[in-house]
Amino acid sequence: MITTAAPADAPLRHWQRFTVRQRIMRSGFYIGALIALVWSLRSIEIIPEFLYDAPQQTVDLFARMWPIDWAWYPKVVHGALIETLHTATLGTILAVAMASPVALMVARNITRSVILSSIGRFILVATRSVHAMIWALFFVAVFGPGTLAGTMAIAMHSIGFMGKFLSEAIEEAKPGPIDALIATGASPLAVLLKGYWPQVKPAFLSISMFRWDINVRESAVLGLVGGGGLGMALDTALSNLYWDEAGLVLLVIFIVVMIAEVVTAWARARII
Amino acid sequence: MDASIPFRPAAAELDRALVIRNLRKEYRAGQPVLKDVSLTVEARGMTAIIGPSGTGKSTLIRCINRLIDPTSGEIIFRGQDLARLHGRELRIARRRMGMVFQEYNLVERLSVIENVLCGRLGYVPVWRAWLRRFPAQDIDRAFHLLDAVGLGELATHRADQLSGGQRQRVGIARALMQEPDLLLADEPTSSLDPKTSAEIMELIARRAGERDIPVIVNIHNVELARRFADRIVGMSRGEIVFDGPPRALEDARLLQIYGGEGWLE
Repeated sequence: MITTAAPADAPLRHWQRFTVRQRIMRSGFYIGALIALVWSLRSIEIIPEFLYDAPQQTVDLFARMWPIDWAWYPKVVHGALIETLHTATLGTILAVAMASPVALMVARNITRSVILSSIGRFILVATRSVHAMIWALFFVAVFGPGTLAGTMAIAMHSIGFMGKFLSEAIEEAKPGPIDALIATGASPLAVLLKGYWPQVKPAFLSISMFRWDINVRESAVLGLVGGGGLGMALDTALSNLYWDEAGLVLLVIFIVVMIAEVVTAWARARII
Repeated sequence: MDASIPFRPAAAELDRALVIRNLRKEYRAGQPVLKDVSLTVEARGMTAIIGPSGTGKSTLIRCINRLIDPTSGEIIFRGQDLARLHGRELRIARRRMGMVFQEYNLVERLSVIENVLCGRLGYVPVWRAWLRRFPAQDIDRAFHLLDAVGLGELATHRADQLSGGQRQRVGIARALMQEPDLLLADEPTSSLDPKTSAEIMELIARRAGERDIPVIVNIHNVELARRFADRIVGMSRGEIVFDGPPRALEDARLLQIYGGEGWLE
């Protein structure tokens, strides 16, 4: 007979969620987080006087921007907007072209060579760790100010992000169909095209569109350092203290980013 | 080897047979999954390999087409030692061996007909496969094979819209599309219900039989093995412990293969 009751003389058995070691580690983590918070508050040196009139300053800034100078849109902002979209699109396409081979180098199920995958990983980390703004400064020095510098900055900075996610998508491909194609005597290239690509394609498109969405936002500000597009228009307006024009540029950036977000979200939902 | 009925292929057929000699596979050094297995499979009929899970059946069958590289031993087929082939030679040998998998292993986002055409990937140039420009006679044969496995209507459906039994039919058509000299099946019915399992085994036996293609099938359903196979090989712990026709497979033999007692009633 099966009985759920323990024998009367058996000692009570204990259960605790964490071991002693785990509890010490967790306490240590919370104390560490508190120290970090206090330390950072002290080091940013908040000046109370600046903090008190911050609401007034904000209201004042918006008051200067209003009413927005719509007449400026056809004259300067429209051209800058188109430049920004082209920068983002072309930069993303270039990034796809450059990130794809690196992704293949890094994906563990494709490349067995440790040397090749280390080189690939280095490229991914190096391109991503340098911010798009820094890349833009670099390319402005090389090509001079303008959209070419902005496009290259977007492309270079996107390699790391795209390469990493693409390689993860490749690694997630199911090995079964790959085995089946290898078993038919297919060459490695044929296995890549007919086994991996159909499995990776949705993620590939989704990642590209997600990155395009990010790149629209980034290319909108690259002009601040000479990368062309809306940022350039914003920079001009700000340095001339034309607040109504600056307000227009900010509004346009906001609307474009919103539209890009909605469009890519819709398209990605359709693919998956 | 024990005292079960010995298997001796006719001398004339030996050169077309698959001869495995002392095949050994160690995933971890010193722990062989296959312990120097020797087996000769003549070029006709269906040979079923039965045995408990984890006994090396799948490793054995995957060593034949080198999805797994054996540690040592020989696999002689059509005058070549498959265990020593590399690169292009290996691919050419593979394209004459069809394989059917437990999980069907179709490329799910491709259409049914394209999955069948994937059986030609060892033959057609890559650019043709890429541009979906398969030779006209290949496309025609793919349609014929789909009719033969009863899926003629579903050619343009995507593979992930199919049921398990239908997917396995596509898997069989893809393997036959290779025009193989040997058909390997690794637990082809283990993911299917009993009725569909019998239908799939029937289909493999019939379609391979009418094309005179020998079949080696891993299967843990003893009843299906008895019903469709001409020869049964029992494996236990990486060794062959039974080899003979289905009628020689008595209960005592099953206990020897699977171990334990009581489960046979």
